[in-house]
Amino acid sequence: MYKIAKENLSALFRKISETMGLYLPISSAGQTNFGAWAEDADVDLTTLKTVKSAKDTFFPQSENLYTCTTEDKKITVTPEKLQEEDFVVFGMKGCDVQGIEVLDRVFLSEPVDSFYAARRNHGTIVALACNEPENSCFCNVFGIDCADPKGIADVATWDMGDFLYWNPITEKGEKLTAYLSDLFEGADDTAVDELKNSIHNIVDKLPYSDLSLEGWGGDALDEKFNSPIWEELYKPCLACGTCTFVCPTCQCYDIKDYNTGNGVQRYRCWDSCMYSDFTMMAHGNNRTSQMQRYRQRFMHKLVYYPANNDGVFSCVGCGRCVDKCPSSLNIVKVIKAFSKEAK
Amino acid sequence: MQELITRAKELLENGTVSRVLGWKVGDMPYNPEPAFFDSADTLDNFVYNGFCGANLSKYMIEASTLEGKTLVFLKPCDTYSFNQLLHEHRVDRDKAYIIGVGCKGKLDIDMIKAQGIKGIKDIKGAEMSDACDTLTIDTIYGEKSCAYSKAMLARCHVCKGKEHKIYDELIGESKDTQDQERFAGVEYIESMTPEEKFEFFRNELSKCIRCNACRNVCPACSCRKCVFDSNKFDSAQKANVDSFEEKMFHIIRAFHVAGRCTDCGECSRVCPQGIPLHLFNRKFIKDINEFYGDFSAGETADGDRPLTSFTFEDVEPSIVSERG
Repeated sequence: MYKIAKENLSALFRKISETMGLYLPISSAGQTNFGAWAEDADVDLTTLKTVKSAKDTFFPQSENLYTCTTEDKKITVTPEKLQEEDFVVFGMKGCDVQGIEVLDRVFLSEPVDSFYAARRNHGTIVALACNEPENSCFCNVFGIDCADPKGIADVATWDMGDFLYWNPITEKGEKLTAYLSDLFEGADDTAVDELKNSIHNIVDKLPYSDLSLEGWGGDALDEKFNSPIWEELYKPCLACGTCTFVCPTCQCYDIKDYNTGNGVQRYRCWDSCMYSDFTMMAHGNNRTSQMQRYRQRFMHKLVYYPANNDGVFSCVGCGRCVDKCPSSLNIVKVIKAFSKEAK
Repeated sequence: MQELITRAKELLENGTVSRVLGWKVGDMPYNPEPAFFDSADTLDNFVYNGFCGANLSKYMIEASTLEGKTLVFLKPCDTYSFNQLLHEHRVDRDKAYIIGVGCKGKLDIDMIKAQGIKGIKDIKGAEMSDACDTLTIDTIYGEKSCAYSKAMLARCHVCKGKEHKIYDELIGESKDTQDQERFAGVEYIESMTPEEKFEFFRNELSKCIRCNACRNVCPACSCRKCVFDSNKFDSAQKANVDSFEEKMFHIIRAFHVAGRCTDCGECSRVCPQGIPLHLFNRKFIKDINEFYGDFSAGETADGDRPLTSFTFEDVEPSIVSERG
């Protein structure tokens, strides 16, 4: 365990960005999102949840895949370069870290997504414990300990007021720690253990911490899919993409062409199962009503994904959809509605 | 609230209406959701309190296609949206039974959280039965309180008034909540230099994630299929692929709803990134007032609209360069 005085954090950020990229929560126009560090960036480590998750740092909302240019009758196809530089994502919370694990199972299984894999290879995740989890948080329901972010995180850190405590977990984390070693001093675990206890006490008191996932999982397909409850649940849904775009685990994307005037830029961008053209194919769309689209999102998180991934859910309980849905709909209400029906 | 439920049950049971459009109690005190109620017993879940900010007028487009009448509860500002939709033939007056409900200002949970109130378990004082002065908030860190007006949605500080513009009957008291100048925000931006304006809008619009919540909640955005959702249209629709689209999407949308926007404020209420989208619309409203005389979209369902009726006194396009 190491520690660094918080007033020295900008020196730490500067040192990281001397040799690699650095993404961390930055406040801009009143909102905090992950962004690239710059000397004048307004780094914000106190906001519990960035509006968008840290997903962008490994799977950006839009990215070019290749570019076609025409000159006379010749067409040149230039693939987009894969990530080559190392980078650090600093300040990811436990829920977002597990969100990346969810994406790993999709993008790193065959056929491997080379754009994503390159970012994962070059990225080092420095996680930050949540000192004060909020009403809408329920990561504990998915086995996440926001007081001690582990999983695929390379380093875990704790905000202890004047100091940031720093504990490398993986080889990548050790390497980053060694590079920054001049800035650290040794520390013992006692203070961190106290903080963990106080965080656990908060988690226990939060309204969603006893949410039950009983009845959900890969085996629940027919029963859940055919339930009449969806018909009632979807009604207030505006069919916007807020829930999907703030979600750390939503991984669906669309591939589109951008006409550059003398060629085409083929890019991919996040898609939303809430949108009317989602998975539209030549024959048309296989989901023609908003009820079907709405059901798709929750079935994917709580049934389809676990069916294909050893029972792991693709919700991490970050609560962003809970906070942001314009109609106050969310996955918690869905889970509760089904539990109520079961009784 | 009980009065609303009792009346809704009566209207359902005597066959005046086939369903009720209102708000359903949430799983937390601050998150009721819009809901249709088909029978009297389901109305036990009906709620109307300070957190029922959602404007139900747009749901009446769909309700107008259903069999029988729908009882809809509209707040004073929501009635402007209903009237405007009526003017555009997007809702059917004969399919609606409108109960105008009293409003004492609607609440924004984010405004409460912004005051450092965390771990909220319960909120009292939002029930609409009293003067709506103070909220008492039970949190996991103990009891907190906050002034009702400090927790209101931004739009309620520039409330258009207590009067319902269309209704079949009225239930409940309303309260004057206006304590800010409606056009102050617009004037502030007008006073900026072009460079400052550009910077301001660039900062705000670069936060946009293209979730389309503003468009989908907007009662003036009632096209059956939005041009941005067409796969034959060369736009990204779900991502800002170039800076032009990032900057122009909201400006184009504001142009499209100009003269029809009732300033209901739903766009800014739902934006996950807190972009003050209403400022675009309000700029157009201010310009329309200055060029054509005071006009409030949705105040009436009939009558000429300044941007869709021609008179010889209309301003010429040159006004843009003349006024600087």
